[in-house]
Amino acid sequence: MSTQIDTIESLAEREYKWGFVTDIGADTVPPGLNEDVIRVISAKKQEPPFMLEWRLRAFRHWQTMTEPTWQNVHYPPIDYQSIVYYSAPKSKKDGPKSLDEVDPELLKTYDKLGIPLREREMLAGVAVDAVFDSVSVATTFKGKLADMGIIFCSFSEAVREHPDLVKKYLGSVVPFSDNFFAALNAAVFSDGSFCYVPKGVRCPMELSTYFRINAANTGQFERTLIIADEGAYVSYLEGCTAPMRDTNQLHAAVVELVAHDNAQIKYSTVQNWYPGDKEGKGGIYNFVTKRGKCAGVNSKISWTQVETGSAITWKYPSCLLLGDNSVGEFYSVALTNNYQQADTGTKMIHIGKNTRSTIVSKGISAGHGQNTYRGAVKILKSATNARNYSQCDSLLLGDKCGAHTFPYLEVKNTSATVEHEASTSKIGEDQIFYCRQRGISTEDAVSMIVHGFCKEVFRELPMEFAVEAQKLLGVSLEGSVG
Amino acid sequence: MLEIRNLHARVGQKEILKGIDLTVKAGEVHAIMGPNGSGKSTLAQVLAGRDLYVVTEGQVLYNGKDLLEMSPEDRAREGVFMAFQYPVEIPGVSNLYFLKAALNTIRKNRGLPDLDAMDFLALVKERMKIMEMDQSLLNRPVNAGFSGGEKKRNEIFQMAVLEPKLAILDETDSGLDIDALKTVAAGVNALRSPERSMILVTHYQRLLDYITPDFVHVLSDGRIVKSGGKELALELEASGYAGLEWETADAR
Repeated sequence: MSTQIDTIESLAEREYKWGFVTDIGADTVPPGLNEDVIRVISAKKQEPPFMLEWRLRAFRHWQTMTEPTWQNVHYPPIDYQSIVYYSAPKSKKDGPKSLDEVDPELLKTYDKLGIPLREREMLAGVAVDAVFDSVSVATTFKGKLADMGIIFCSFSEAVREHPDLVKKYLGSVVPFSDNFFAALNAAVFSDGSFCYVPKGVRCPMELSTYFRINAANTGQFERTLIIADEGAYVSYLEGCTAPMRDTNQLHAAVVELVAHDNAQIKYSTVQNWYPGDKEGKGGIYNFVTKRGKCAGVNSKISWTQVETGSAITWKYPSCLLLGDNSVGEFYSVALTNNYQQADTGTKMIHIGKNTRSTIVSKGISAGHGQNTYRGAVKILKSATNARNYSQCDSLLLGDKCGAHTFPYLEVKNTSATVEHEASTSKIGEDQIFYCRQRGISTEDAVSMIVHGFCKEVFRELPMEFAVEAQKLLGVSLEGSVG
Repeated sequence: MLEIRNLHARVGQKEILKGIDLTVKAGEVHAIMGPNGSGKSTLAQVLAGRDLYVVTEGQVLYNGKDLLEMSPEDRAREGVFMAFQYPVEIPGVSNLYFLKAALNTIRKNRGLPDLDAMDFLALVKERMKIMEMDQSLLNRPVNAGFSGGEKKRNEIFQMAVLEPKLAILDETDSGLDIDALKTVAAGVNALRSPERSMILVTHYQRLLDYITPDFVHVLSDGRIVKSGGKELALELEASGYAGLEWETADAR
């Protein structure tokens, strides 16, 4: 037994591969939060009055709220007055018009992260709206998308160029009063992505955004809004890496999705924020509110997430199934290694008739990691013939980690079918030895078993993302065997 | 091929192997027999490199190399194969995928290129015939939900694909009915070759009705107390291990 634990410990050590800091003169607001800071943010972003008004209402509401404490994660109190709420890379007057105008330092950073910003690399079919700290620096393929009537741009640009759409949908799925972190985000959100796919249009490429936190102590408050109009389809990829940091960084993002009649949105995330070192020092605090509204009949929203990073993850991508026959899906792999803590899951709220939802959650705990699945399935009185299937599996590596499952079921319509399956397993010394006796190294054996454990989720990811996710899992786990 | 000299091993504080000497030449089939607790399976596990067992004394040379210095995966890559007494289930990993990964690491060690999916499948299909394996087992997760007989058959099937130089079969006959035993034995016999050595660890003589060993060794209390030809197994069958223990005690 003790040899097994030693192996786990010796293996559970791998430096964060993408830990580096780019030196860019940041245009930064002093730390702290008050109405003046919000006014500065809004002014810097040249926002119309309705935006400022909304932010201020959110801020006032936030001041009346307290941080939630029900989650199964532990961290020192966050001093919201010591956080810097706005930081933008310095740019020429109106921002860069092409990549040539982009700070070469920034481009190098993207290079290291392997983000395909250059046109030639875009042949892979990915349009990237890259968020560096708080301002989007480049958006590619916009022209091509615009020809189809698809709007894909930074949130700030959407606020300026498409205020009616923003006004109509902003906060319509996640109101600023929703929760503490959503309110904070609404008050100070810096930037993010906006996408609108018009009636009957099928977005021909995977839309993608890479988020990144850079300036020290800068909170990252992204806001994403995606609308698929009647019969539209869009697949959106979100991937994150963050540089090495000693102090904890707060990340409170909000994502809102709206699917109208017969529309479909597929939202995939690979999250790899800096998880802290192996002693649990540093790392990102990731408090995210993600929710999709299946507003129309036969609409469908799928969340797929691979969460390997962050010191703390607090995230429940959810679906409001309003439209009759609408479908909500949640596929998740959450990995906690070293001292990482994750409390993640989903909420499926069935309101329309014949609504269906599927939840597949795979939690992997290694090192001292604590992994919690928390999910709610609510079948309201109106949801005749609603169906839900939930599957929550946990995999433990070693004997110092933990897996927890909190499923909440609330069924108010007797015609509903709700199924829940759960399992917990452990990668055992016996399995590892068996593989090694066949010539397969310990690390390959773990990666093989973990991949086998996760494949139902990986299958849901777009191809290139699946490969990346698999690599990421390998890197994050290298070293955690039991 | 294999030379074991004065091998001592313990698990925890308990000494199990108390000085084993055994030489296995290429192409030979050796049967190791003995009562429960005599150290048969420990010997197999030590040769495969299970770190639960600590070697306290002695030496094992495998083709001139110090086997005990090698990691389990390196031993496997060098051609040491153990058919497990209790094959482990690996959920989520298909039998086929697992076997391909194993074969390619071994091929890499031999300086051969990876087999691609097509060639691999062809090889697998050919080797499956030897074991009369059901094809559906290939796509199922490794050993998951297999019957006892299917697991043992799968072990020999893996051996057929991986083509080891030294195969150690740990109680491969245990838990098999007579038909399954015959199939497994036929598979093993098909794999006998002048380049391949085998060590059969077994409690019962009945496996040796179907696989004829060149040598039989009787293990008792961590030592080989008697060695002989295939007729020794029959002797044991008649007198049982009890008589043998008496003989051991007498020898002291």
